[in-house]
Amino acid sequence: MRNKAGARSEQISWSRRFGDHLFTALAVAALLLVLLPLAAIFADLLERGIGSINWAFLTRTPAPVGVPGGGMANAILGSGVILGIATAIGVPLGIGSGVFLSEYGRNRFGDVIRFTADVLNGVPSIVIGIVAYSLVVLRQRHFSALAGGVALGIMMIPTITRATEEMLLLVPVSVREAALGLGISRWRTTVSVTLRTSAAGIITGIMLAFARVAGETAPLLFTAFGSQFWSTNINQPIAALPLQIFVYAISPYDEWHRQAWAGALVLIALIVGTIAVVRLIASRGMMKGTT
Amino acid sequence: MGVGIEVESLNAWFGATQALQDIGMRIAPNHATAIIGPSGCGKSTFVRCLNRMHETLPETRVTGKVRIGEMEVYGDGTPAVLVRRQVGMVFQKPNPFPAMSIYDNVAAGLKLNGFRDRRKLDEIVERSLRMAALWDEVKDALKKKSGASLSGGQQQRLCIARALAVEPNVLLMDEPASALDPISTGKIEDLIFQLKENYTIVIVTHNMQQAARVAEFTGFFLLGRLIEFAKTEKIFTNPSDKRTEDYITGRFG
Ligand SMILES: Nc1ncnc2c1ncn2[C@@H]1O[C@H](COP(=O)(O)OP(=O)(O)OP(=O)(O)O)[C@@H](O)[C@H]1O
Ligand SMILES: [Mg+2]
Repeated sequence: MRNKAGARSEQISWSRRFGDHLFTALAVAALLLVLLPLAAIFADLLERGIGSINWAFLTRTPAPVGVPGGGMANAILGSGVILGIATAIGVPLGIGSGVFLSEYGRNRFGDVIRFTADVLNGVPSIVIGIVAYSLVVLRQRHFSALAGGVALGIMMIPTITRATEEMLLLVPVSVREAALGLGISRWRTTVSVTLRTSAAGIITGIMLAFARVAGETAPLLFTAFGSQFWSTNINQPIAALPLQIFVYAISPYDEWHRQAWAGALVLIALIVGTIAVVRLIASRGMMKGTT
Repeated sequence: MGVGIEVESLNAWFGATQALQDIGMRIAPNHATAIIGPSGCGKSTFVRCLNRMHETLPETRVTGKVRIGEMEVYGDGTPAVLVRRQVGMVFQKPNPFPAMSIYDNVAAGLKLNGFRDRRKLDEIVERSLRMAALWDEVKDALKKKSGASLSGGQQQRLCIARALAVEPNVLLMDEPASALDPISTGKIEDLIFQLKENYTIVIVTHNMQQAARVAEFTGFFLLGRLIEFAKTEKIFTNPSDKRTEDYITGRFG
């Protein structure tokens, strides 16, 4: 009797263990499959781009055709300016509408906004570029960093909106009740308790939106336009890394092709670097006091 | 100082279902009053009507009168936040703020209402944690550990400290010990004894020994009605209503 039972339980545990190992193996295989293309892209970029990255590349403006050397410093700076404007537009609007949807959006109006956000998310980026063109460029009568920032900012909004709403909805009712029960007003509860509880997730959403628009080229073609010179004036055309990469990549010159690879590498490094720094600061700040 | 609570013809609804029917009760200041009754009879709903938490849920409705001290809880000119600052609440399940440190959890009610005096805050946080019998366990990690990193029993005491920090007149406790071990439960009962000197306490409990130990008065609820309200001793030894007797002798519920 005891023996039989013992044998049975051993059998079950053997098949369980086998199943367990099998699924672990499958999960690892899936993970590798996902990481493989990413690693391949990185390796390729590194191989082709690293050779052209030097001090001049990071500190000089582009050299005229035929003149060797020169760099993409103005494009790096320009991308920073445009992304700064985009973040300043996309983050407050995105978080604001996400908060609205989660706190007051359990109705038809909320559904309409949700649907709009999803549609906006699917609008081709070149179309967003045209919108920014008609909103800003036509009014200013020339291309500008501002127009580029507006285009990318609009593109950031839906991602941040939905991420904010979903993260806020994950905060249990009991946590909101705790705050309300202390006599804290509704909006203060939303800002200082609910938003704060879901800050990590919302920051992830912002980073996703940021990374997505940082590499956009199409919406910048007829907004920021590009430039060969230093500029930080938001009312003037400005260079941007993706634009510069695009122009160099379709040029007939080998030197420019190499610089395009280097530019792509720098772009990826800047995106990854920004995300890493923001995460570090966020994880440090999370436990600190409200003051 | 604790203040008395007067409840008159109180009704409460969730959508179309009525959870409380015509409740009337006079709760004595500086005493503990226990609310007992079978699951789903409206105990939580009742205490949540006392500090206007019921109306925070969607599609709910309340009618009737509640007076706490001089304050008309459902008066036209009485803001809900004012009521809740004077009527502290400890919920059935511990609900610390997960993204805040232990210190900030306790200080939240004051800080988020604009209180800025740091030295005074430190004092209040320590005093509240001591009252809730949690100070010794957390004093070394006040600002390092998050409220969510504590054990269930510690979290509930943290929630009690958080409620005490805003210095309410009344403390509502909805089964504060239902998830706790006997030692933590004992600590909370001791705490209730101390708090009675300065607060009016309403405590919901499923545990009749607990009601008998801590409360001078007991109200028995059934299906949304207050069946009997009297001295605890009377409820447990000589109830006037047959249904109360059936419940406390364990014949149903
Ligand atoms: N959020 C809600 N939505 C709809 N109905 C609810 C809700 N909460 C409670 N009710 C109903 O109201 C009635 C009273 O519930 P309440 O939570 O006050 O009971 P309780 O006495 O506290 O029970 P327990 O001892 O289980 O905590 C129950 O019939 C319940 O089904
Ligand atoms: Mg309850």
